[in-house]
Amino acid sequence: MNFKTVFRSLGIVLICEAVFMLPSLIVAMIYRGHDIASFLITILILLLVGLAMARIRPSDKHLYTRDGFAIVGLGWLLISFFGAFPFFISQSIPSFMDAFFESISGFTTTGASILKEIESLPKGILFWRSFTHWIGGMGVLVLTLAILPSVGARTLHIMRAESPGPTTEKLVPRMGQTAKILYGIYFMITAVEVVLLLTAGLSFYDALIHAFGTAGTGGFSNKNASVGAYHSVYVDAIITFFMFAFGVNFALYYQLLKGNVKAFWKDEEFRFYLGAFSVSILLVTLNIFRNIYPTFGEALRFAAFQVSSIMTTTGYATTDFNLWPQFSKMILIVLMFLGASAGSTGGGMKGIRILLLFKMIKKEVVKLIHPHSVSSVRMGGKAVNQETLSGVMAFFYMYIFVFVFSVLVVSLDGYDMVTTVSAVIATIGNIGPGLEMVGPTGNYAAFSVLSKIVLSICMVVGRLEVFPVLLLFAPSFWKRVNI
Amino acid sequence: MFIDQLAYLPHFTNFVMIDVIAENAQQFQQVLSTLEEKGRAVTMRIIIIGDGKVGFSLAENLSKENHDVIIIDKNADALRKASESLDVMCIKGNGVSTKILQEAGIQGADLLIAATTSDEMNMVCCLTAKKLGAEHTIARIRDPEYANELTGLMADLGLDMVVNPEQAAANEIAHLLRFPPAVKMEQFAKGKIDFVEVKVTGDMPIVGMKLKNIASKISSSVLIGVIIRGHDVMIPNGDMTIMAGDTIHIVGKTANIYHFCKTNNSITQKIKNIMIVGGGRIAYYLATLIADMGMKVKIIENNYERCNELAELLPHALIIHGDGTDEDFLHSENMSDMDAFVAATGRDEENLIAALLAKNSGVQKVVAKINRMNYANIIKNLDIDSIVSPKTITTNHILRFVRGLQNAQGSTIRTLYRILGEQVEAIEFIVNSDSKLINITLKKLELTPDILIAAIIRGNQTIIPHGNDRLQLGDSVIVIAKNRNIISLDDMIMTGGRQLELQDSIQKFGDRINL
Repeated sequence: MNFKTVFRSLGIVLICEAVFMLPSLIVAMIYRGHDIASFLITILILLLVGLAMARIRPSDKHLYTRDGFAIVGLGWLLISFFGAFPFFISQSIPSFMDAFFESISGFTTTGASILKEIESLPKGILFWRSFTHWIGGMGVLVLTLAILPSVGARTLHIMRAESPGPTTEKLVPRMGQTAKILYGIYFMITAVEVVLLLTAGLSFYDALIHAFGTAGTGGFSNKNASVGAYHSVYVDAIITFFMFAFGVNFALYYQLLKGNVKAFWKDEEFRFYLGAFSVSILLVTLNIFRNIYPTFGEALRFAAFQVSSIMTTTGYATTDFNLWPQFSKMILIVLMFLGASAGSTGGGMKGIRILLLFKMIKKEVVKLIHPHSVSSVRMGGKAVNQETLSGVMAFFYMYIFVFVFSVLVVSLDGYDMVTTVSAVIATIGNIGPGLEMVGPTGNYAAFSVLSKIVLSICMVVGRLEVFPVLLLFAPSFWKRVNI
Repeated sequence: MFIDQLAYLPHFTNFVMIDVIAENAQQFQQVLSTLEEKGRAVTMRIIIIGDGKVGFSLAENLSKENHDVIIIDKNADALRKASESLDVMCIKGNGVSTKILQEAGIQGADLLIAATTSDEMNMVCCLTAKKLGAEHTIARIRDPEYANELTGLMADLGLDMVVNPEQAAANEIAHLLRFPPAVKMEQFAKGKIDFVEVKVTGDMPIVGMKLKNIASKISSSVLIGVIIRGHDVMIPNGDMTIMAGDTIHIVGKTANIYHFCKTNNSITQKIKNIMIVGGGRIAYYLATLIADMGMKVKIIENNYERCNELAELLPHALIIHGDGTDEDFLHSENMSDMDAFVAATGRDEENLIAALLAKNSGVQKVVAKINRMNYANIIKNLDIDSIVSPKTITTNHILRFVRGLQNAQGSTIRTLYRILGEQVEAIEFIVNSDSKLINITLKKLELTPDILIAAIIRGNQTIIPHGNDRLQLGDSVIVIAKNRNIISLDDMIMTGGRQLELQDSIQKFGDRINL
């Protein structure tokens, strides 16, 4: 591995993080909270460390795939580490482990919190907490690529490692341009949501916080009762719609901008996403109608919000779905595994992978009936190459493996099965709230330090789609000479 | 023939087919002027069909120059390398297909380059592309049968340029044979200025001489623009001394450079007898060129049928059937009495071995054709006079065409020539009325380090500049710069006010934080 270039790039990423912290500092200054100092100190530390690392002069500037993966894997850990400083220094979260958990939860757009009481925290800290969702959603390194003046050719590896989905395609020939387009679309939709939330009567600050949480499909709110605190159908509807919108592959929005409306319908993953979304809402609505909510309208409203929130892995809640009937809860658990679309800000396994797995099973069945048949798995009319397919299978296997392993470790804490399992699903899928103790009204504070570390790793594993993180645990990856 | 003239247009005067050049110059001018009217942005959308050696190296260079490059190829493996190491977009498919071309955004594309292995495919690609709205098209057409009918083909297919790597290589070899001391030659300012690479040997009188003394002792009409010593490339100042083993680039008029080389004992005699090993297309083109230059040629080819074909095509050449890497055989064909030896078989290794054999037997000028530049570093240390790579030549021709398109968009750069990878560039600028450098004596200009004004062309006059010369409106200036990205003449001055300093520091900052 080319350590010098990797560390130099990480230094640049840290400098960028210092820049990303400026809006929070400004918010802290506007509200004159006691958190100003914590931001100033963190920015100073980031600049010092970042500049020191960026001063490294690499002899060989080449970035290969493994270096790209290293930058992404280490970068996320470093960013989250330094992102925890404001929480810790301001003593909003007194334990550093908790602060780190909260920071990772923010950047990976999980939204799992260890905080019991949110509303009393300084405004700047809450802003930073939600802002990490926004920059983490689309990818911190992709954002870095978008704002840097010139970007080398080999940086595709970085985008590939950071963007969700089995394959990553550039929208336009140039990398930097692609990153700019993606962030442009992201910024625009977020801005529209902020405006709509303002018309719904939210304050500008609240509108920003919730737009960040929705855009990154994160789920941090500045209210203890999450979005439920507003008791407004209009707010629920806006956020339901935008959660869904941010779970769509951004490449489709680019096609839309180019005037290609049909692209949405032609996209198999989108059809699957929309189908799963509608069916889940329908089933949950029928299940909770009369059982919990007296009118069909109310049942639909809460079902739609919760399904949208869980499926896109956002994690906002307008009601305590922990009290819902088993069937509805199980649907939500299934949706947690499923997740949103590739190329969106959502987490989970992604619809396209599930679709491909189904198609592979179908191919195997056909092979049993007609042992000599030759066929290829097709997606959107194009044959999917074998490498992508085996990548999907490896991903599925590793995802389940990490899940099982983490459940084992977390079970050492001795909580009930639903809590343990749903906590792992909710972190690895970047959702946030699970069921029982970690349900919408609960939090992760009670877990032991070991469990918190494992859950933190789960969040990064889920966000970076397993492999960049696993690579960090491979001994040969760290050797200067790879054989 | 005229493919290369078109590529060379801004700075090329060949004695063979001047009428063709004139005709094409007109076409070229028309293309430029239509572009000028539109005044588009400098970034162009360029589609390359065929991800082979030329396609890849074009994509590499064009994407570095900030163009949007899209590569189309049928072979997924070839594309993988491009997509992993270049900042370009790759599309798998047949470049002839309308659907694939549309997917690549052919409508409104500035340029389509067809460089697949098949001439016919390239022609059809360009034809389709033009129909679908591509602005310009370039096709690689290498079959000699088509080469003679190109003018008609180009008009019919609406091609803006045709490249023929083998013919271009043959042209380059012919140049080198006409001017034996040159390792490489490049022409600037429509052929008024040559840029000649020469190896310094111990017996030259300039060895151990300081550059500022060369003018008074040997010749003041040429200038040494670049010195390559080992792995270092230097832009020299007057206090530098030339050492044996250096490679120098001499700038000046062809005649003056010739004179300079003559006084330096590096010219022995005119080349009359040439042996070519390998009877491929290069040999064919070269033999026809050489026949016009009054040299005698002997071609060695080990395929008997090809020998017969060549004998039919080239009545003036002596065709010999045999193995060109067999030392005994070469000696029996009195290789050591030849003035020049060209190794142009299809295999790089054979060419290198044959060239080394020839050099050992005392042939004065040995040229080897190399397709893959994989061994570039090793070859430099071998005792072969010149290396010619059809791929590199083709790439350079197309790059020049692309820059020509850019020029029409207001850039004052005329030609650009790269020495030793990308470390050093020689650039030809036109002095326009906006320049701050007009009418200031050169010694008063505070140039940034590693920059040299190598020549000034004023009308028909060529000036090798000295401290008291000054730039005038309309001059062409050739500037040599190392490790710098010079876009306009004014970039050269050190203190250009605060604004320039700011720009400079922003650029430096950008370079530093580049991931």
